[in-house]
Amino acid sequence: MSEYIEHDSDGISVGVVKKKFFTFAEPPHEMTLESGKKLGPVTIAYETYGELDADRKNAILILHALSGDSHAAGYYREDDPKPGWWDIMVGPGKGIDTNKYFVVCSNILGSCMGSTGPCSINPETEYPYGLDFPFVTIGDMVQAQKALMDHLGIKKILSVTGGSIGGMQVLEWCVRYPEMVASAIPLATTTKHSALAIAFNEVARQAIMADPNWNNGDYYSGPKPDLGLAVARMIGHITYLSDESMRRKFGRRLQDRSDFSFNFNADFQVESYLRYQGTKFVERFDANAFLYITKAADYYDLARQHNSGSTVKAFSKAGAKFLVVSFTSDWLYPTYQSKDMVQAMKKNGLDVSFCEIEAEWGHDAFLLPSERLTALMRGFLERVYNEI
Amino acid sequence: MKSENGIIRFDLQIIASWIEPGSKVLDLGCGGGDLLYFLKTHKQVECTGIERAEAKVAQCIEKGLSVLQGDINEEVLDYPDHTFDYVIVSQTLQQVYEPDKLIQSLLRIGKRGIVSFPNFSHWGIRLQLLRTGYAPITRQLPYEWYDTPNIRVITIKDFRKFSRDVGFKILKEVAINTNSHDRHGNIVTFLPNLRATYGIFLIGKDQSS
Repeated sequence: MSEYIEHDSDGISVGVVKKKFFTFAEPPHEMTLESGKKLGPVTIAYETYGELDADRKNAILILHALSGDSHAAGYYREDDPKPGWWDIMVGPGKGIDTNKYFVVCSNILGSCMGSTGPCSINPETEYPYGLDFPFVTIGDMVQAQKALMDHLGIKKILSVTGGSIGGMQVLEWCVRYPEMVASAIPLATTTKHSALAIAFNEVARQAIMADPNWNNGDYYSGPKPDLGLAVARMIGHITYLSDESMRRKFGRRLQDRSDFSFNFNADFQVESYLRYQGTKFVERFDANAFLYITKAADYYDLARQHNSGSTVKAFSKAGAKFLVVSFTSDWLYPTYQSKDMVQAMKKNGLDVSFCEIEAEWGHDAFLLPSERLTALMRGFLERVYNEI
Repeated sequence: MKSENGIIRFDLQIIASWIEPGSKVLDLGCGGGDLLYFLKTHKQVECTGIERAEAKVAQCIEKGLSVLQGDINEEVLDYPDHTFDYVIVSQTLQQVYEPDKLIQSLLRIGKRGIVSFPNFSHWGIRLQLLRTGYAPITRQLPYEWYDTPNIRVITIKDFRKFSRDVGFKILKEVAINTNSHDRHGNIVTFLPNLRATYGIFLIGKDQSS
């Protein structure tokens, strides 16, 4: 996902929020990962907005994508220049109304944004894990989020929502803990990566690993593989946009010049944009975390995950009411992938709504202001809240 | 389409009156969801809709209905047998390319089908064609021949013949006289094929065949 962090145009916000941490799986009670490896202690960064009802039935869990974090809404300080990544959707009176719902946004296991990941300190060596960090899967991420929900005393989640890799976690939640999930809103996502999606991730990973500073993941005491990570981010950004959005946003326009430079500077606006996005990204993200999370996304296959052989069989375990949303210009997770999951849900007699939103902004559309998406989410949440 | 006091179109009122409270209903081509919303709020029906247009799908979901965006001919194929008590095709059959296939799917996934369509043999249409020689344009079928979504012309008599040809049973039949957006109308019992603007049929599987 890209960063489109803008202030709410109406100035509405949940206000100042705080990142919180939950630590569990202290040795000898480590978390057993899907790979069979053990990991502990595990810390998960999270934020909450709104109030939990007395009957604890108004909880909404937001799950973020590759480069996101627990900071979905609000500001860390009064003078914070930017709000959380989904501030347009989460807040008082917004699509996910914090006056009405208790919203939890959990950072993912393997991330570098406050939760345990490859850049965390390995208690055995007292040095960052690096490549000693065990492989984590989407299932492991969800297992950690479950521990967080238990810790918060939430037994039934009104709705689990998220886009992209966050959407994969949504689907995993529905199949892994069906008794806990009343409804789910997977956005711009898939039950398994296509070869195209894996291919882009692999090129991005290769860019990091080709950077000499990467040093087999052991770079925490020296220079970081910034160039590799920046290129990885540039590749990602291409997949988040679309032919049409790039044509509109950049075309062949030149950046700060009227003619070609006849050297390898960033002549075109699109080049300059990608370089800027790449540079900005390395300031806040860890290269190893990027490797681990993209691999987890590539490994994800809902059907395989649940030894069911087919998506239809996998969804037979689910019981949530679904709202599935795709976007017309999303070529990373095209509509046919959403329709596949909708079909599997229908075949299981699940209550499912589906809408393909006409949008030119590619995969990123789920993060951009959209009255349509806001209205859909508001209407759906209201209904499931009344029906619970 | 829907008035402020929640009264739905006359043809939809008739359809709604045929549906048992608490049943499971699929509305193919549900539009903005007026009928489903009425059924949900007045008859506690568990409803699903299928609609092609994004804006209408969104309208439905916003008012708390469970609706899928898609092509009705394809979407019906995914449901297991006997998923619904009623499957409704309201004023949509005349736009379907393979009506026989759709009716068969409908009776596979639902116990009963409810089908309604504008009656093309209404005397006004007959007279218009006879008098002017142009393809008829009426309040029920307000299109030119070149921009109409209605690719089939169906009469009440045709539908009865269709039931014999395809092999399904007409369980109930009502002909009405109303305009397309009216909340009021009347039931036509005398010469319906000539005098009714719409035909509404409750159909089921032909057990004998």
